[in-house]
Formats: sequence, C-alpha cells, structure tokens
Amino acid sequence: MQTQPEGLGAWGIAVALAGGAMRGSIPYMFVSLGECLTEKSGKINLGMEGVLLMGAMTAFAVSDITGSPWLGVMAAAAVGMLLGALHAWLTQQPAVNDVAAGIAMIVFGSGLAFFFGKRFVAPMAPQLPLLDFGGWSRVPAIQSALRISPLFFVGIAAAFLLHWIFTRTSWGLKVRAAGDDTQAARALGINVNAVRFIAITIGGGLAAAGGAHLTLYFPGIWSEGISGGQGLMAVALVIFAKWSPRRCLAAALLFGGAQALGPSLQSLGVNGYYHLFNASPYLLTLGVMIATCTPHRRLAGMPGALGKK
Amino acid sequence: MKKAEAVLVPLGAMVAGLLVFGLFCAALGVNPFLVYASIYKAGFGSWYSWQNTLVRASPLLLGALCTAIPARAGIIVIGNEGAIIVGGLGAIWAGLATPSLPPFLALTVMTFAAMLCGGLWIAAEVALQHYRGVSAVISGLLLNYLAIALMNQLIEGPLRDPSSFNSPASYPLAPSHRLGSFAGTHVHHGLIFGVAACLLAWFLIDRTTFGFAMKIGGGNVRAAQLAGLPVGRLVVIAGLLGGACAGIAGMVEVAAVHGRANESLNAGYGYSGILVAFLSRQNPLVIVLVSLLTGGLLASGGMLQRAHDLPDATIAVLQGILFLFILLSDTFYGRFNFTRTKTPEARAAHANAA
Repeated sequence: MQTQPEGLGAWGIAVALAGGAMRGSIPYMFVSLGECLTEKSGKINLGMEGVLLMGAMTAFAVSDITGSPWLGVMAAAAVGMLLGALHAWLTQQPAVNDVAAGIAMIVFGSGLAFFFGKRFVAPMAPQLPLLDFGGWSRVPAIQSALRISPLFFVGIAAAFLLHWIFTRTSWGLKVRAAGDDTQAARALGINVNAVRFIAITIGGGLAAAGGAHLTLYFPGIWSEGISGGQGLMAVALVIFAKWSPRRCLAAALLFGGAQALGPSLQSLGVNGYYHLFNASPYLLTLGVMIATCTPHRRLAGMPGALGKK
Repeated sequence: MKKAEAVLVPLGAMVAGLLVFGLFCAALGVNPFLVYASIYKAGFGSWYSWQNTLVRASPLLLGALCTAIPARAGIIVIGNEGAIIVGGLGAIWAGLATPSLPPFLALTVMTFAAMLCGGLWIAAEVALQHYRGVSAVISGLLLNYLAIALMNQLIEGPLRDPSSFNSPASYPLAPSHRLGSFAGTHVHHGLIFGVAACLLAWFLIDRTTFGFAMKIGGGNVRAAQLAGLPVGRLVVIAGLLGGACAGIAGMVEVAAVHGRANESLNAGYGYSGILVAFLSRQNPLVIVLVSLLTGGLLASGGMLQRAHDLPDATIAVLQGILFLFILLSDTFYGRFNFTRTKTPEARAAHANAA
C-alpha cells in the first residue's frame, strides 16, 4: 500500500497528501457528523474518543468472527448507539455535568474496547473492499491514492443527508429548536428529552461506524493506540465547522491531510522530526481552536442551549 | 446532614460501581466474589501488596491534585498525563545536565524543573480556557498527545541512550540523582511529596484567602470580578500549582522508579488521577484516602490476569464504571431527605455548589 511516490518529485507529496486526506478523513468525517447531530440537539458528547475506539474494536471483532466486514460496520454502529444512549441518559439526569460525563465516557469506552480487544490483537480481519478509481493512470502513486474506501462515500452521503434533515424535515427542526432554546422548544410542545436522546444515540452510532474504518482498512489490525485522539479532534472540528454538516466534510479532509503529512514526508526520506510531524494534527486542532474560539460572545452557528443545563 | 450526604453519596456510588463490575465479571463467567478477593489480596492483603499499592499511590496523589486544584477555580483540567510526561522530561533534562551536583541539590533542581514544566503546561491550558474560551478538556487531551510525541522525539533523539536498543530510553540518571526508598521497603520517597502536596493544597484551598478567592472565582466569575478579584491571575495560578504537582509525579517516576525517561512515563497515572480527583470530589484530604484505594486497584491488574485469566484492561473497565457512577451520583445530592424536605431551589443551589 505504501507505494513510494518517487519520480513525481514535489507532486509526489501532493498526490500522497490528497490520497492520505481521503483515507484519513473518514473517521473525522463520521465522528464530526455524529457530534454535529449531538450538539445541534443542545448536548455535547466529549466521549467520542471512547465511542470511536469501541466502534473500531467491535467492527474488527465482528468482521473477524463472521467474515463479513459490512456486518462489522453495522455492529460498530449498534454498539455506538448503545454508548450514545448511555451518554444521553446520563447527561439528562439533573446536576450531571456534560463535560465530566464525556470524560467518563472516554475512560469507560476505551476501557471496554481494550478489554474485549485483547484477544483480537494478533490476527487480521476481513477488510472492506476498496473502490478503484485509478485504473486510467499508470503511476502507482496515483493508483494507490485513488483506491478509495466505500465508507468515504457513505460519509459524504451522510453529511448531505444530515444537512437535508436539519433544513427540510420536521424532526430536524425539532432538533435545532431543542438545541437553540430548551424552554422555547418545550413551549412549542416538543419533547426535548426524547429528541435529544434520539439525536445523541444516532450521533454515537455514526461516530462508531467511523471507527470501523480504522480497523477494516489497510493494514487492518486492531491496536489500543489506533484512534490516537481522532475522536477528540473531531469534536473540536465541529466548532471549526460552525456546526454545519457540509463544512464538517471539508474540515475532515483538512484534518485527514494534516494526518498524512508525517507519513508522506517520511516516504520522501524526511525522517528528522518524525514524531513531531505526526503530532501535526494535534497542533493544527489546537491552532484552529485558538483561532475560532472566543470567550466573549457565542460563536456563529453555535446551538444556543449548548453547555447549559 | 450535609456531611452525612457528602460521605454516603460517593460511597454509595463506589459500592454500586463495584456491584455492576461484579455483574460484568459474572456475565463473562468469572466468579465476582473471587475477583473482589483477588483485588483485596493484591492491593491490601499483605505488607508486600501494601508496598505495591503505596508505590502506585504516589503518582496518583500528585496526578489527582492536577485536576483538583484548578477544579476549585472552576476549570476541569484533564491534561494530567501530559503534565506528568513533561514533568518527567524536565526532571531528566535537569538531572542529566547536572551530573556533578550533590544528591540533595540535584533532586531539588530536578524537582523545580519538573514543577516548572508541568506547571506551565497546565497553566497554558487553563489560560486558553479563561482568556480564549478554548475548552481545557479538549486542549488538555490534545496536549497529552503532544507531550507523548515530544517524549518520543527526545528519547529517540537528543536524550537517547545508544545502549537502549529495543525500547528507546534516555541516558540513566547518576546514582546520586536517584530518589531513595524507605528503609526495608520498596516504597520510594515520592510518597512524601504526594502526601505533603495534598496537605499543602488542603491548607491553601481551605485555610487561606487565596484559596477563598479562588473558590469565589470558580463559583461565579462576574461576581468575583465585581468584588475586585483578579480572576484570570487566580485561575492561571491554580493551573500552575496543579500542573506543578503533576510535574513532580513525573519527576518521581523518573528519579525513583525508572531511573531514566522511557515510555513508562505514559503509564496512565494521569488518567487514573482524574478519576481519583472526581471520586474525592476535588478535596485534597480525601484524595489521600482515595489514592490508596485506587493504587490498590491498579496494583491488582497482574493478579487478575494470573488468577482469573482476565486481561489487564479489566482494571480500566472498573475505572470506567466507577467514573460513570460517581458522575451519576451528582444527581443524588439533596434528593435524600434525611431530616427535612428541600425545595427545588435549595436542591439546585446544592448541586451548583458541589
């Protein structure tokens, strides 16, 4: 898979980065869409890192046992919905802090994933089939960059579907109403708790489905460090994307590209600061957060009830 | 009644968490009572296991303060792991740079270097939240990953001992730069740092005007500002102090346990420390007790593996369950009517104060 982009010169980096962005963006895409749906309903789920890990482990285990990677993706989504429902229930209890509950979900989700994942560390599970768009080119680097996981297109479809739900359906309107002003939504007769419960549950399912990409794509192994904070960065990415599903797509591609920077440079023989280059997504996220956040006013697009009890 | 509640609710949460963990074990076909017995035996059953527990309690005490002190100023800090790592890196750097210093001076220099690194690390997260509105939870986790990258870069680069071939590590500290143990035990002196830091933190928070001002700032920023308190400075100092504690935890791991900096710096004491802080309801004196309990839990991981064939992540599952229950317990404050009925307003006020 790691074809050397030699012979393409500087273009080699660009091709490797573009391919890497499409590959690496998938978990960011799914988690940020799940978080977008969650936050639109007025609650925050900081525990997506735990959900993503559980999704990755479940997808791997089910694909390994049944031999069907798509069953793995569905099982991951189901487990993610369970975790989402747990978070939704917990955060709707009086006096329970959303942020602290998110930390607990990270600890709980990753603990469970490590526990059940122990017996799956060694083997390789059946992987998702890739779609080949690079047949026209004879350059191996371009061919490999255009071998795209079907989840990439599922993610894009999910983003547009979510946009359509928010803008064109009555349930989407209810979610946005619940997220913008709890009291006003209640006055309209909306069952805010039920709407939030469903939104957070589906959000968890989406995020966990993204975890399937981590384990059912090359090299197709499960390890405890596999998510490397992507679930968390995707949460930050929603702020950057101003709570818009379509902007989440673009931001996910940017983050996927940043993640590909370290390996691409390494494939060109730049080895000096390997670990620090690999840390570039974290730095990018932090920089983006510092640039977008402000303590003084509500951010544009931010659901009004977010962070309020 | 408030006092009874403050003891009973977290205790109830812990018992409930242990019960659910027992159900989890039973569902996997392992007798939960035997698991409890193993945890007790491995953590507290003999003087030898007590020593193992105490060794793990030291970094927990210091790591928990990293969350507990800023929590009093109203900010949830979870960058403990990163602060422990940079503290350890600061200590090893200072220790390797001063090979000829006499023991006491060397450890002092290393401690201050660790405090500075850990303190600035957390102060940055806290300042970002206070002045820029960047969630300290998100920046904390991001900086944890950055700290790990920094550590790997250093122990595979400038600090690398060429003889550490398979698992990269820094050059070892000189014997004079090592932190010793209590006579006749393998419990190192890091415990003194931990207990002293908890006592100092308690004194600072509960017995000084600074601590009082910090609590006001954490309760209501606007009210504190109207009262003329420099909230920003108070919050940043709280972060600096908390981070300094975590930094010392890193120094202790380097100077007492490993003698060098390696991947073991990233052993999860920071994350367990967050759990300890929440279980203790951010009270430094309670942290001493809860660190012992949690240290015992961490010490029992190996035993569960040997005796019940449970993976070492079992303890991580237990920590996750306990965490969920302690958060859920927040909702029970003021709900039990020990003596009198409370109005919803009083209940809400209580929940906010907690």
